[in-house]
Amino acid sequence: MTLTDTTAVTRRNRRRASSFGMAVVRFVVTVVTTFLGLLAVTFFIGRVVPIDPALAIVGDRAPAHVVERVREELGLNLPLYQQFWIYIKQALTGDFGTSVLTTNPVMTDIARVFPATIELATIGTIIGALIGVPLGVLAAVKRGSIADQIVRVIGLIGYSVPIFWLGLLALVLFYAKLGWVAYPGRIDIVYEYTFTPATGFFLIDAIWQGQWDVAWDLFRHIILPGGLLGYFSLAYISRMTRSFMLNELQQEYVVAARAKGLSETRIIWFHALRNAAVPLVTVIALSYAGLLEGSVLTETIFSWPGLGLYITNSLQNADMNAVLGGTIVIGAVFIAINILSDLLYRTLDPRTRSR
Amino acid sequence: MIAVPATEKPYSREWLLSEQPTSRHQARLGRAYVIWRRFSANRLALAGLAIILLLILVAIFADVLAPHNPVQGDLRNSRLLPPGSAGYLLGTDDQGRDILSRLIHGSRLTLFVVVLVAIIAAPVGLIIGTVSGYAGGWVDAVLMRITDIFLAFPKLVLALALVAALGPGIENAVLAIAVTSWPPYARIARAETMTFRNSEFISAVKLMGASPFRIVLRHVMPLCLSSLIVRVTLDMAGIILTAAGLGFLGLGAQPPLPEWGAMIASGRRFILDQWWVAAMPGAAILIVSLGFNLLGDGLRDALDPKEAGQ
Repeated sequence: MTLTDTTAVTRRNRRRASSFGMAVVRFVVTVVTTFLGLLAVTFFIGRVVPIDPALAIVGDRAPAHVVERVREELGLNLPLYQQFWIYIKQALTGDFGTSVLTTNPVMTDIARVFPATIELATIGTIIGALIGVPLGVLAAVKRGSIADQIVRVIGLIGYSVPIFWLGLLALVLFYAKLGWVAYPGRIDIVYEYTFTPATGFFLIDAIWQGQWDVAWDLFRHIILPGGLLGYFSLAYISRMTRSFMLNELQQEYVVAARAKGLSETRIIWFHALRNAAVPLVTVIALSYAGLLEGSVLTETIFSWPGLGLYITNSLQNADMNAVLGGTIVIGAVFIAINILSDLLYRTLDPRTRSR
Repeated sequence: MIAVPATEKPYSREWLLSEQPTSRHQARLGRAYVIWRRFSANRLALAGLAIILLLILVAIFADVLAPHNPVQGDLRNSRLLPPGSAGYLLGTDDQGRDILSRLIHGSRLTLFVVVLVAIIAAPVGLIIGTVSGYAGGWVDAVLMRITDIFLAFPKLVLALALVAALGPGIENAVLAIAVTSWPPYARIARAETMTFRNSEFISAVKLMGASPFRIVLRHVMPLCLSSLIVRVTLDMAGIILTAAGLGFLGLGAQPPLPEWGAMIASGRRFILDQWWVAAMPGAAILIVSLGFNLLGDGLRDALDPKEAGQ
């Protein structure tokens, strides 16, 4: 190896290292600014939009010295940038203030209710992916057929229907008229005191403890809201699957596989879907994040004791600390899933790896 | 091919489809005609267009069309009548108000929300996107970072918190939805701007001494409009659903306004026995947002045949 060769190699290595370093820096900047942006927006909503946050807490009939003391306690007399700095420090330690409604720290409340939301959104995503992906594949393979049209209509309605309205109708039909599912809520009152979950994820706990009657009851409660959220994500997942599959089925390797004499099933499920799976992972992750948000209205309908119901209950009682704390948590998880899915995409797709 | 002198009759089909338009007017009309032909070949898109036109007509002529007063009902004689009762086609609600009349008047509120959100959010996104794409450099970096931050937020939850702080009301709901819906428009406008930022016609305008302000306003923005319109139309359904969700939670239009989401909320108490009180407004929301989705899909396919069927 000549001298020029080695310098070229080191230069290339250095360039590669610096481009990797740049990527890391860019990634960190993205993450930090996005979370800071979230905090800035909630700070703005909580502190700047209301005319006087102190009045919002004590009410407009409070005597002047009480208002002044609350202002002092909230730090409202400080300049805005100092307030924001304190706000960030508090948020980073998980201190979102105290809920007026439950008198607990907001973070304690959220830690109690959030598992219920995660459980619901997970069930929804599983249903959405298990049905949505095959439907999308079917629509792509039979492009233009009746099946394709039906899948398209199912998806379109999923995009267009108000989810809370569909939930109400589903309750009337499946609970009131048919009696197939349990009433709104997460668990039957009978079990509420006998069942002691180890974690917040009741379904897993019940199965883990071998309490099959409890598990069945939990299932009867979760299936309707979970199915509804599943339909919501199915609309998105099936549409994206169809478009990815159409793209893959036009590729030359599919022609090559056909020429080789592989069966159509094998080509579709083992070759094309495998390549479509890379962007699909991102889509499923994004729909999961969407369900966390979509659960706000669904939980209200089904009295599901999760973060969505917590936020809407707090809204009705003008409990802004709780509302904003819930917003930050949902926002942070949403952002984290976005970033993670992006990273996942990069690791899964060999083409995006730096050579 | 040698240019054939334009002998077609003006405004005829041949004149519109002519390969050699003799005037700018003819070229524009011809292009619009081609797009319309592609659009109208799609039956579902036409259905969507019909739904939206119907919505607009109903909203304009609500006073004439509504058989009853939407706000004041007949509490003594017509409380919770089922659909098909004499004089009340879709039944009445718990205050004896005709649901059909309320739906007809509610179409105004729906249109009010979508039009206002579009009027606020689309120009904001357009300006940020085109400026960012044309200027490049650190302006682009900063503006796009802000856009991406907003893009990463959960829309409904953010709108919820914003309305909670601003106070319930339909104007505040519009504002909150607009604040959460401009980022995709900025992204689209930027991407479009990037594609022709270095093209020759921009250089030509620059040579003629046009200021960056003029270039962005007169030469860049018009070219971004078509993809922006498609995206806004596709977003309309989401805007309607968010507005209905806010109304359902009591944060949107306040009673006695006949907002569809709020109507579902008030019908919720009677859902087991008088299902129609909640079912009818929901069906209206479904039909209208379906219409916007069909229209948006059709527009996208007509304006951008590359993506048709994808």
